[in-house]
Amino acid sequence: METIKDIINTLTAPEILITLAAILLFVSARYRHLFYTNKVALILFPAMFVFMAISMFDEDFYLIVTKPDNVPIVGMLFLIPFFTWLSMREAVRNDKRTEEGAPLIEKEETADKVLTWPDLVYTELIAIVLLTVLLVGWSILIPAPLEESANPAATPNPSKAPWYFLGLQEMLVYFDPWLAGVVFPGLIIVGLMAIPYIDTNPKGNGYYTFKERSWEIMTFLFGFLILWVLLVILGTFLRGPNWNFFGPYEYWDTHKLEALVNVDLSDYFWVRLLGMGRPDNILVRESVGFLVVLGYFLVPPMLLAKTIFKRFYENLGPARYHIMVFLLLCMASLPIKMVLRWLFNLKYIIGIPEYFFNI
Amino acid sequence: MSQLKDLLSNLSPAKLGEAIQKSQIYRSVFRVGVPVSDRKRMLVMLGNVFLHLHPVKVRKSGIRLRFTWCMGGITFFLFLVLTFTGLLLMFYYRPTIEYAYVDIIDLREQVPLGIMREIHRWGAHAMVISVWLHMFRVFMTGSYKPPREFNWGVGVILLVLTLLLSFTGYLLPWDQLAMWAITVGSNMARATPFAGYEGPGANLLTLGENIPLISSTSDARFALLGGTRVGEMALLRFYVLHCVGLPLVAGFLMAVHFWRIRRDGGISGPL
Ligand code: HEM
Ligand code: HEM
Repeated sequence: METIKDIINTLTAPEILITLAAILLFVSARYRHLFYTNKVALILFPAMFVFMAISMFDEDFYLIVTKPDNVPIVGMLFLIPFFTWLSMREAVRNDKRTEEGAPLIEKEETADKVLTWPDLVYTELIAIVLLTVLLVGWSILIPAPLEESANPAATPNPSKAPWYFLGLQEMLVYFDPWLAGVVFPGLIIVGLMAIPYIDTNPKGNGYYTFKERSWEIMTFLFGFLILWVLLVILGTFLRGPNWNFFGPYEYWDTHKLEALVNVDLSDYFWVRLLGMGRPDNILVRESVGFLVVLGYFLVPPMLLAKTIFKRFYENLGPARYHIMVFLLLCMASLPIKMVLRWLFNLKYIIGIPEYFFNI
Repeated sequence: MSQLKDLLSNLSPAKLGEAIQKSQIYRSVFRVGVPVSDRKRMLVMLGNVFLHLHPVKVRKSGIRLRFTWCMGGITFFLFLVLTFTGLLLMFYYRPTIEYAYVDIIDLREQVPLGIMREIHRWGAHAMVISVWLHMFRVFMTGSYKPPREFNWGVGVILLVLTLLLSFTGYLLPWDQLAMWAITVGSNMARATPFAGYEGPGANLLTLGENIPLISSTSDARFALLGGTRVGEMALLRFYVLHCVGLPLVAGFLMAVHFWRIRRDGGISGPL
């Protein structure tokens, strides 16, 4: 038992968990005919449930999972995979029909119009009743948490933001607050609103499909499932005192120390590569970092336009294309920075703490 | 005597129901009556102010559970539940440092069968999850594509408002959990570029030679909290936003959202 727990504790370390999740996402999409089927769901979801149930016997696991505010996130642990599975299953079914020349599932019924009363109104009524029962039951069983009265002098450890912002708090591991807390949230909002104007693919409007818009769906799933939901789950269950990582069966030890060994790019370049001291002039010191960041935003758009994104460039025109690539590059900067951190302990690409300008 | 006997023998539930349905009061309230025929079913959808959110007829594909997952409607229902329970909570809660925490304790210990706080808190959590899932569904069915681009945008703002509502509400119990969660969250604001005193560019902005324009008492975080830390003014600000400001804006945008669903041709489906 202990060895299994140790293995799971190791596998849930951020670098392994995120990598595994990304691999699972891509492999399952590649072999979607095999993965998004009823059979898999009948094995997968009960297995998840059993896993949770057995884990409850572990004291540390039990403590963190049953914290009242964490209960909805446990629900999310099941809901998000379930709806991912459901929408992909529908997509696979529809794609198969298209291949065989049969009409889409939705199409078969679009011609039929039914009366809103009773068909829709009764469904809604049932939904309302079920939801009310669920909510009242939940409220009777689990009292809302209330800790000691607010005390500005006693900082709890860990101090966590409300759970839905824990993805942003998790980003703080890799980026400074001005990026993780301000610029990226802003870009997420703008980026989401831009989707309908960037994605000009006319197919897949109003029905489930994967094949006709695989690129859009994979991008969205990666952003939503990995960079959003998974980070929230990670931040909730696996981050303890001092925002250190703790496996699900690990005791939240306040004294756990993690060595801070992160190194700036300027250090790597001037000290380790050239073997000299870091220059005093800030701009000279950080020139490599500026080049890297500028290059990151300027070179790929041009290269991609000529190669794998050629079709996009032709279809979208320059304005839409550049906005799209800019947003994608911003989104990709998070996993890229993660990998750089995991592999090279890279702290800042540009580090100018004098002006709070660290990237 | 025989008249009374007649009356009593006529007193079957069916007859009573019929009598009620014929009464002037009933007919003034429910103009169409029980929707037993298709004609009446249509009329009831048109005549009722709440039901007329919906069209008279809908596409069969659109009312499938597996298509919408009901998530938009569930989000809306949770919003209504939150509005109602929030109103009840407002009867007991005073947004000052002196009373806020005590009132929450009273709510727990003095109010019999009090689960309003629980419903409100768990409902709020559930609403955040249901909006995420609703957005997920709309993406997966490609329902943001023309002509629904604008409504997707309205939705994104509704998502942000939902998170802000949840965030502002989180502070109100005024316990350690509340205060420090908001402290962590609002600390981000001080890193706003050119607008937070620890943000990039802040120390480039000066008045004259070296008086900083952006300081801890004049930056984005200060505007949010009404102070340099999460204190009395922050509590009041968050209370007003949570109970009045944000619900009004969200309600208004939901009206736009629902109106646009209809204008954009009802629930999406293959052409
Ligand atoms: C059982 C699950 C539900 C299903 C299958 C469902 C389905 C639908 C559909 C198909 C529409 C679009 C109608 C159209 O073409 O215009 C819709 C819209 C709407 N639903 Fe639901 N719904 C459900 C639950 C709910 C709940 C619980 C509420 C709230 C009390 C609700 C409130 C609304 C509102 C306000 C609209 C927008 C107005 C409209 O376009 O008709 N729904 N829902
Ligand atoms: C408080 C938040 C929200 C409420 C109460 C709400 C409510 C609804 C309802 C009731 C529907 C009818 C169909 C359904 O139930 O799926 C709907 C459709 C729609 N919603 Fe929302 N919504 C909200 C947030 C959002 C968000 C976050 C987005 C996207 C980012 C969005 C985009 C859309 C779009 C594009 C449709 C049309 C879908 C179609 O025709 O298939 N909404 N919304």
